[in-house]
Amino acid sequence: MTTAVAAKTKLKRMEPRMTTDPMLPEPYRVRQVVKETADTFTLTLEPSSGAGASRFRPGQFSMLWVFGVGELPISISGDPAESDRLVYTVRSVGQATEALVSREVSEEVGVRGPFGTGWPVEKAEGCDVLVIAGGIGLAPLRPVIYEVLRNREKYGRLVILYGARSPRDVLYRKELTAWARQRDTQVLTTVDYGGISWRGHVGVVTTLFKQARFQTARSLAYACGPEIMMRFVARDLETRGLARENIYLSMERNMKCAVGFCGHCQYGPHFICKDGPIFSYDQMRPLLEKYEL
Amino acid sequence: METLEHIIAEHPFFAGLESYYTNLLTGCASNVRFEAGSYIFKEGGEANEFYLIRAGKVALEIFAPQRKPVMLATLGEGEILGWSWLLPPYQWRFHAHAIDTVRAIALDGKCLRTKCEDNHDLGYEILKRFASIMEQRLESTIFQLVDVYAVGK
Repeated sequence: MTTAVAAKTKLKRMEPRMTTDPMLPEPYRVRQVVKETADTFTLTLEPSSGAGASRFRPGQFSMLWVFGVGELPISISGDPAESDRLVYTVRSVGQATEALVSREVSEEVGVRGPFGTGWPVEKAEGCDVLVIAGGIGLAPLRPVIYEVLRNREKYGRLVILYGARSPRDVLYRKELTAWARQRDTQVLTTVDYGGISWRGHVGVVTTLFKQARFQTARSLAYACGPEIMMRFVARDLETRGLARENIYLSMERNMKCAVGFCGHCQYGPHFICKDGPIFSYDQMRPLLEKYEL
Repeated sequence: METLEHIIAEHPFFAGLESYYTNLLTGCASNVRFEAGSYIFKEGGEANEFYLIRAGKVALEIFAPQRKPVMLATLGEGEILGWSWLLPPYQWRFHAHAIDTVRAIALDGKCLRTKCEDNHDLGYEILKRFASIMEQRLESTIFQLVDVYAVGK
């Protein structure tokens, strides 16, 4: 095969797969499993067919099938520019997630998607970008960070505020350190419970706002974490002068079909899987304040 | 060189306070410095001052028998350390531990209490500011107690 033909073939092989039936999982193979914390793992998957992986926007999610066990909605946490793989960070909290993170390299997993709306990263062009994450909520926001850092000239300051339960639970430690070294980038990490040897910040994620440097009038905020955390964060940001329509939250409900048919993830008038999972605080505020919704 | 009055007037805690009051406060203020690892105050000690942190980080800690000290929160530049001087019995409730070198303005609580008694307008301004800090800390504590990142929450 000549070089030109080989290159053409390679390009063709890297094109994204077009799935005709959104309910039909595509077979992917586990390329790598990295242990992030005691119960959280990052899986890198590649299409078993050798074709390019499905393209995605930051904030979208996939339905991952562990054959014989079950299907799970998991946010994509990799770099959108890496077209040959899909990356997911998964916390093992039950039978299906445990089965997923226990996959060995080369084993197969079914992938449906990507689904959902994604973070409106393009809306932040010319503005400061606030990324506010709690716990594993940093995973769905990582693609936003990659995107902003890759197109640095399009955005103002990048401020990453990250809260974890304890120093042992901090995700992507090396990357947090590397991001903090980038120009116009501020990374602040806090833990709710710090051991005596912890030299960093102790307190909930909202306590980091005092040290965060951004222009309130020209900022967009993207928050992901437990719903209570996002409520506190959104309220605090609003008090500091950010408009509700410039605050975005990633919502989570029990997603099954991922295409708005089954209704499992209905939240007020919205289907989280189809209309979300990313919503503006403007849209979510009336619902967030409703008890037991 | 920055004067104490200027530093106080510029501190976020006293933002918007009339210069007449910042002048009164300056009479109770002094510059202080704590080396990394030292204790600024300890639980049970007499609480006769509070601090405007200018640089460095302070850990609030509590000791429990047969356990390592528990770090409850950290405070840094621009934040306020200590409100036990406001209310009887004027005793510290926690340990304050300088994680790194801390530079601060200390305000003498006894001096300030007297000035607040003499001038209730000043007293009201100070109380409003401390009430806001207390509200923020209470909210943070509630949020911390909920333990939102724990499995199954």
